[in-house]
Amino acid sequence: MNTLEIKNLNVSIDGQAILKDFNLTIPKGEVHALMGPNGTGKSTLAKVMAGHEDYTVESGEILLDGENILGKEADEISHAGLFLAFQYPMEIPGVSIANFIRAARQARLPEGEDINAVEYYKELYAKMDSLKMDRKFTARSLNEGFSGGEKKRCEILQMAMLEPKYCVMDETDSGLDIDALRIVSEGVNHMRSEERGFLVITHYQRLLDYIIPDVVHVMYDGRIVHSGDKELAKELESKGYDWVKEEFASASA
Amino acid sequence: MSDTDLQDQAIQVDTEKGNFSYPEDYEFDAGVGLNEETVKYISKVKNEDPWVLDFRLKALEIFNKKPMPTKWADTDLENIEFEKIRYYLSKGQVPARSWDDVPDDVKETFERLGIPEQERKFLAGVEAQFDSEASYSRMKEDLEKEGVIFVGSTEGLAKYPEIFKPYFGKVIPTSDNKFSALNSATFSGGSFIYVPKGVKLKQPLQAYFRINAENFGQFERTLIIADEGAEITYMEGCTAPKFETATLHSAVVELVALKNAKIQYITVQNWSSNVFNLVTKRGMADEGAEVKWIDCNIGSRLTMKYPGVVLKGQGARGEVLSIALANDGQHQDTGAKMMHLADNTTSNIISKSISIGEGRSTYRGQVHMPKHLKNCKNNTECDALLINTNSRTDTYPAITTRGQNNTVQHEASVSKVSAEQIFYMMQRGLSEGEAMSLAVNGFVNELMKAFPMEYSVELKRLIDMEMEGSVG
Ligand SMILES: Nc1ncnc2c1ncn2[C@@H]1O[C@H](COP(=O)(O)OP(=O)(O)OP(=O)(O)O)[C@@H](O)[C@H]1O
Ligand SMILES: [Mg+2]
Repeated sequence: MNTLEIKNLNVSIDGQAILKDFNLTIPKGEVHALMGPNGTGKSTLAKVMAGHEDYTVESGEILLDGENILGKEADEISHAGLFLAFQYPMEIPGVSIANFIRAARQARLPEGEDINAVEYYKELYAKMDSLKMDRKFTARSLNEGFSGGEKKRCEILQMAMLEPKYCVMDETDSGLDIDALRIVSEGVNHMRSEERGFLVITHYQRLLDYIIPDVVHVMYDGRIVHSGDKELAKELESKGYDWVKEEFASASA
Repeated sequence: MSDTDLQDQAIQVDTEKGNFSYPEDYEFDAGVGLNEETVKYISKVKNEDPWVLDFRLKALEIFNKKPMPTKWADTDLENIEFEKIRYYLSKGQVPARSWDDVPDDVKETFERLGIPEQERKFLAGVEAQFDSEASYSRMKEDLEKEGVIFVGSTEGLAKYPEIFKPYFGKVIPTSDNKFSALNSATFSGGSFIYVPKGVKLKQPLQAYFRINAENFGQFERTLIIADEGAEITYMEGCTAPKFETATLHSAVVELVALKNAKIQYITVQNWSSNVFNLVTKRGMADEGAEVKWIDCNIGSRLTMKYPGVVLKGQGARGEVLSIALANDGQHQDTGAKMMHLADNTTSNIISKSISIGEGRSTYRGQVHMPKHLKNCKNNTECDALLINTNSRTDTYPAITTRGQNNTVQHEASVSKVSAEQIFYMMQRGLSEGEAMSLAVNGFVNELMKAFPMEYSVELKRLIDMEMEGSVG
């Protein structure tokens, strides 16, 4: 029950299969890293989990604590407790970070109930402080003109404010400088708990030096072809993906 | 949800708050269609001076002669059936000074629209017009003592001709366009306001225009005169129930700001999607004076409205800030006109339009700066936001500037709310409607800061309602 479970997921776009019988189970309390060459379907997986409508789901299930979220609207999936930190966060002109997160929080309350503004700002500022974000940012339009690293930091701020059950982070490390990588990782580690599961998509070991994964998966051609502990990531870092591809080729031959 | 679903549902929506009507019960009814008799009837019911009847009859002639502006404007205008419209409907009441004296159905109407409550909260005076005539009109007593006049058009012309007659029909001549002529022939209701020298109103005066009857044409006429150094903010709101048949609203609004006076005129229009809204609005600014139009157009079938300022005196300032939202089946054809007639005059136009689904927005601007003038400035910014791919937007800026001592700055942009932006916001838990509404609010955000608080709250509420509705 306390898992995010992806079962036999087949997804295509424009008739081209991208996810192929994909299986993955993330129990609460664990951090799973997902690695793999460019274009193997990692972001596709993340977006399908979040309810993106561009993709055709051929078959499969995604169970969030036992409840199938596949086919639900993106906002329902969000309310069910799934958060996606995007690889490429969108800019929303004219909407301040503070108002945006507030609207997202408000959307979780029952009809007629309002956010306590004082408490909200207190919490927002505290979380910004811990991510070393300048408080002036709250007034800026969401992601508009943000540097790559600022966008990623802002994703993690939203993640911290919305307290999801499952966090999917798509290449959050890309664009972060060395200090930011540490700060953001600390923020994520702070959120780690028995009540929460993580799927961390990344290309580099350097993130996993900070956010130490319980399980590492290697994805290739639309499915997971190899899983292991944190040592697997280090192995990939030194050896690259060729051996995975070879192994895959001989297995499917 | 597919795009067509979205659009189908968008057609259902509009001004739910205003979408109700009471059974008709009128003492005076000019019947259907427009001819000399109709005009004479209106004038007689109002007990007008002969010069007013003359003015009306001449206007009727001009109206009949002028062609529809379909050469450049929306051909949907052809669908107005002038012979099927009712031009005057009233219960024969004099405007009550207390809500208690307003007939029950009318009072309930305005209560449902929240007018008495707003009056208590932040207004210096209110006039509430129901079809052709005002049912309620009241201004704070201290303003009366200061000599402020706030009455309907009939009362204004009858009681204070020495004040109003010299400016009546002068800022907007009858022949300005076909609809100003129509209004001049059939006008009824509206506000006539005079603010004496040096009097500065701290709170706004408000008028609320309500159409209740089907097939009806509302032709209110407003004239506001701010004497030297006077200051006034005037706000108008409008709604109508959603009928199957077309309704016509064609107002004329003239503003006169004498030396160093300031007039701010705010409109939040939320007409239902059967209303043709064809309004002529123009202000005249004398030396050092300022005229500012804040114009928000939501709803209606077709709106044609280009508020203007004639910058007549040295150092006069004119401003038009407008927001137009065109949903499915609607066309917002709006813009601004700035006529610089003296040195050192400045004008500013900021127009933001939002087109949703099949909705269409058009911006028409005209800035006129003759070459003998010095030191004149105009800034024009028009931004369009498109939601869903079918929406369309056109911009027709016409800037006639000559002379080297003047500056004109023009910026235009078109942006879209992309499906990816909506997905991003929905991933954070916002519904599709909330997400669109937030994007729209973001788009108009900067401009809304220029509005009085109460009005930006109301506008935000209307946008939320419209966007919620457009996804069902
Ligand atoms: N909207 C789309 N339209 C067409 N093709 C798409 C679309 N989205 C993804 N694809 C294709 O699906 C495949 C998987 O893309 P995806 O973005 O999931 O890869 P990824 O594993 O995240 O890669 P990277 O490591 O570079 O981020 C790619 O070949 C990509 O071109
Ligand atoms: Mg990717």
